[in-house]
Amino acid sequence: MDQDLKIELGKQGVFVTTIQDLYNWGRRSSVWPMQFGLACCAIEMIATTMARYDMARFGAEVFRPSPRQADLMIISGTVTKKMAPQVVRLYNQMAEPRYVIAMGACAISGGPFKQGYNVLKGIDRYIPVDVHIPGCPPRPEALLQAFMTLQKKIDEQQLTGEGRPRHLDAEAQGEFPVPEQGAHDLEPASNKGVWPVTIQGTRTRE
Amino acid sequence: MASNPYFSLAVLFVAAVGFGLAPLGLAWLWARFFSPPKPNATKNAIYECGLVSKGDAWVQFRSAYYLYAIIFLIFDVEAVFLLPFAVAFTGLTVAACVSMLIFVLMLVEGLAWAWAKGILTWN
Repeated sequence: MDQDLKIELGKQGVFVTTIQDLYNWGRRSSVWPMQFGLACCAIEMIATTMARYDMARFGAEVFRPSPRQADLMIISGTVTKKMAPQVVRLYNQMAEPRYVIAMGACAISGGPFKQGYNVLKGIDRYIPVDVHIPGCPPRPEALLQAFMTLQKKIDEQQLTGEGRPRHLDAEAQGEFPVPEQGAHDLEPASNKGVWPVTIQGTRTRE
Repeated sequence: MASNPYFSLAVLFVAAVGFGLAPLGLAWLWARFFSPPKPNATKNAIYECGLVSKGDAWVQFRSAYYLYAIIFLIFDVEAVFLLPFAVAFTGLTVAACVSMLIFVLMLVEGLAWAWAKGILTWN
């Protein structure tokens, strides 16, 4: 719709919009995160939901304990290799549309514990991440900035056509394989398609 | 047809049914055109904090709850008998009222038994 025509109609008291705009507005204004805190970043996440930084004014009103009722998973904290299958399984159990924010250095790449034998070097080896927040821990304002970035991303998602998001495409991947605990490492070491980089020094286990 | 006394009722009935069915129809249309369902095994699996569920969820429940069901049933049937009695009260003979009183007293004796047995205190 022509922008000038929109403004003209708006002056006359007529409000025009598209289904896509309405749909995305409804979705971005009510993103419900899942109660999922792993480590120290969880404390900053809790602080963001409290009175001073208040994430509820962005629509993240309630943190749902059940993955079926949540839209957003904020991976806040170090993901250990013991916990990684459970994270991936919970992500799979979330109903689409679902989004992931990797909060803090540990969720992005292992963070300060990168040399740890039990640390998963970033959760985006197994599940697709929408927004990464650097920091150790990132300030609540940074989490709010990431939330607003996610809202902008949701706003730009198409409803039909080639560029439509995963949840509107019946052929797009809906199930991300859950890793198993192997003898020395998780098997597979990363999910193909999500983490296409081959890791130096590891055999590819099919 | 518009002069029928029940016409407005029919209109309201259709509106009420439509109020319930219209969102369901719109949701079905939305799912068909824009957002197809994508179920898979892990998504439909039982939620257990990210772990795999093992075994049955059938647990033993407290069988003492059956007493509450029996007491409810008895007094519910008594209420069903008392309601027409109350409606026809002014037109009944003394004998009818006395027999109804005996009926109520028998059930009160059942209540006294349950009370004395200690069922009515919750612990």
